Amino acid sequence: MINGVPVQEHYRDASHQFASAKEGIWLFMATEILMFGGLFVGYLIFHMKYPEMFAEGAQFLDWRLGFINTLVLIFSSLTMALGIYFCQINQPKKAVGALAVTILCGAIFMVIKYFEYTHKFHMGIFPGRMLDLEMLNHHLHEMGKPAIVSTNLGMYFGFYFCMSGLHGIHVILGMCMISWCLYRCMRGDFNPNYYTAVEGVGIFWHIIDLVWIFLFPLLYLVG
Amino acid sequence: MAHAAHGSNYLNAEKGLWSWLTSLDHKRIGILYFISVMSFFLLGGIAALLLRGELFAYNAVDALGKTTGQLLPSADAYNQILTYHGAIMVFMVIIPGIPAILGNIFLPLQIGAKDVAFPKLNLASWYCLMAGASLAMFTMFSTKVDTGWTFYTPYSIKSGTAVTTMVLAAFITGMSSILTGLNFIVTVHKLRCPGMTMWRMPLFVWALYSTAIIQVLATPILAITLLLLAMERTFGVGIFDPKLGGDPVLFQHFFWFYSHPAVYIMILPAMGVISELITTFSKKTIFGYTAIAYSSLGIAAVSFFVWGHHMFVSGQSEFAGIVFSFLTMLVGVPTAIKMFNWVATMYKGSIEFASPMLFALGFLFLFAIGGVTGIMLAVIPVDVHFHDTYFVVAHFHYVMVGGTLMAIMGGFYYWFPKMFGKMYSEFWARMSWVFIFVGFNVTFFPQFILGAMGMPRRYFNYIPAYEPLNRISTMGSWLIAIGFLMALYTIINGLISGAKAPKNPWGSKTLEWEADSPPSVHNFDHEPVVTAGPYEYK
Repeated sequence: MINGVPVQEHYRDASHQFASAKEGIWLFMATEILMFGGLFVGYLIFHMKYPEMFAEGAQFLDWRLGFINTLVLIFSSLTMALGIYFCQINQPKKAVGALAVTILCGAIFMVIKYFEYTHKFHMGIFPGRMLDLEMLNHHLHEMGKPAIVSTNLGMYFGFYFCMSGLHGIHVILGMCMISWCLYRCMRGDFNPNYYTAVEGVGIFWHIIDLVWIFLFPLLYLVG
Repeated sequence: MAHAAHGSNYLNAEKGLWSWLTSLDHKRIGILYFISVMSFFLLGGIAALLLRGELFAYNAVDALGKTTGQLLPSADAYNQILTYHGAIMVFMVIIPGIPAILGNIFLPLQIGAKDVAFPKLNLASWYCLMAGASLAMFTMFSTKVDTGWTFYTPYSIKSGTAVTTMVLAAFITGMSSILTGLNFIVTVHKLRCPGMTMWRMPLFVWALYSTAIIQVLATPILAITLLLLAMERTFGVGIFDPKLGGDPVLFQHFFWFYSHPAVYIMILPAMGVISELITTFSKKTIFGYTAIAYSSLGIAAVSFFVWGHHMFVSGQSEFAGIVFSFLTMLVGVPTAIKMFNWVATMYKGSIEFASPMLFALGFLFLFAIGGVTGIMLAVIPVDVHFHDTYFVVAHFHYVMVGGTLMAIMGGFYYWFPKMFGKMYSEFWARMSWVFIFVGFNVTFFPQFILGAMGMPRRYFNYIPAYEPLNRISTMGSWLIAIGFLMALYTIINGLISGAKAPKNPWGSKTLEWEADSPPSVHNFDHEPVVTAGPYEYK
């Protein structure tokens, strides 16, 4: 313990430890971006190959829901940043509030995603070869819309479910980690000299937010 | 010698299995890796002996319909054992081998740090490896997998075997690799002791640092590739499935975008070990320190742009093939820089042929063959002929076994006194070298010839013309096995009845030799202050 900060013995002081932790988090973020990068590259290749099919798939996504989710996540990034700020100026109660709002935003995002997913399952939209074209065309017929033209529409939804699914898993993980920060904040672990966990989880949350900002136009607006 | 006075060191500071399984000490975690990786090596080795045993004789069906020359119950069994040999050796032995064992123990010691940057993460990465390995073992022994370690689509999608769990196991071991790499990068950046500038770091640290960069930047691509393969198998997402307009070759691109850099994850740390061994046992300052350090970074950088040489015959464009061929040959430049610098270091040095040095010389000899055949395979017309033959098998075994495994053995013998505070029997160590070195060449040199004759790899049987060379090759594998048993005996014998090791038995100049043998829990009694480069032999 140095000035009320738990410093591990292989570090000189709290700022040394903080800088190391932050570098570690950023390196981990690089791996996260690269992992999503694989999906983005796949998307790029097949979008170039089948632009019409991707456009046809995107019309089944409600851009308004995606837009609301984008706003929710951007707002949650603000509250996450506020959570760190309140730790820095030693106002843990406000920090708890800001983190709670962040978790709530994550929950709203996931609830909206849940409704989007179940609606698609209801329409017969599943990833890849599980896509039920008959059921989907039946629904389209009932709505008075033309039947599906693309023969490989399943691939678009393969991308849709993989990309938004992997992102959703990260949102849930982020919510868990913010809850852990919230608990520690309520316990009084954090002060202006020590708030590493909140900072690190904050970086994670912003990156996840950023990934969504790329996913939204690629998946919803591509038509 | 404050600690030696009351005999407390990292090995005996705490007692009991639990203290080991929860230890955050980088040296103890290194020992945990040592035990687990050696166990995996034993399993992978047994698989290799079974494969070679099957190939010992041509399987014929005689007039009575009886099969002769067959060792394994079926061709399917051969495919499975082949998969296990590859997956175990790649994901659980050679990738974690040097960084996680020797790197964990000696990276902090060599830069004068008390520990790695994130000790808890370090332990977590060992548990990741164990979790991945357990899942893989469970899959292997309860069901079966027959895709080979590369999991190529479309077969890996169609195969009725437990590909998904095996792929998830590889995903988890990948996590372990990422966490180790991340830890090492931050450790090198943040925890060097006073005076230890980047350009005073031992070359082993430079090699681990370059490796760590690849681990962090390449492994996530493997992660997403394996996840997509798992998704493809469970939900048929279509990305690798031609029926939905997907592309099986895209899997190869994704896979090798990780797995080619991964072969440098395997070889770079080995090169770092060799730099330490050559300079120590030549009693001479390393020749071209800066060039060797930069060439590690150079190999790491080029490694990301050569993956296409695995797909010369997979239908990529001719232009892409030419570019990849050129870039692949480029790897030869930084590699040759290292080779020439090592040879120049030995020139006019007072060379001591201790067992670690024998392994280092073995490395130079075998890795030169492995490297030059790599350049041959980078030439497209040659590769079209050799692709998927035993020539390729021989090439990468010369690099991975003749290179990395020789370095692992040399490194073990070199640092054994520091790790355990005991000396081993030099005679048995040298004997193990003789058997491993000779056995290796007897096993794999004939495979170059077999490959040039056209013998395809991964097959259960072959035509009678290939039999004599296959017999020689299999007999060589027995010699290797004897060599490793001798090495095991050397280690156990050294642990039980070895003489007490002095602080610095080899007269090395790097920092780890200033710690006690074995080091205390905090590595050094006082924080070291470095005033000179790592290899200033007078």
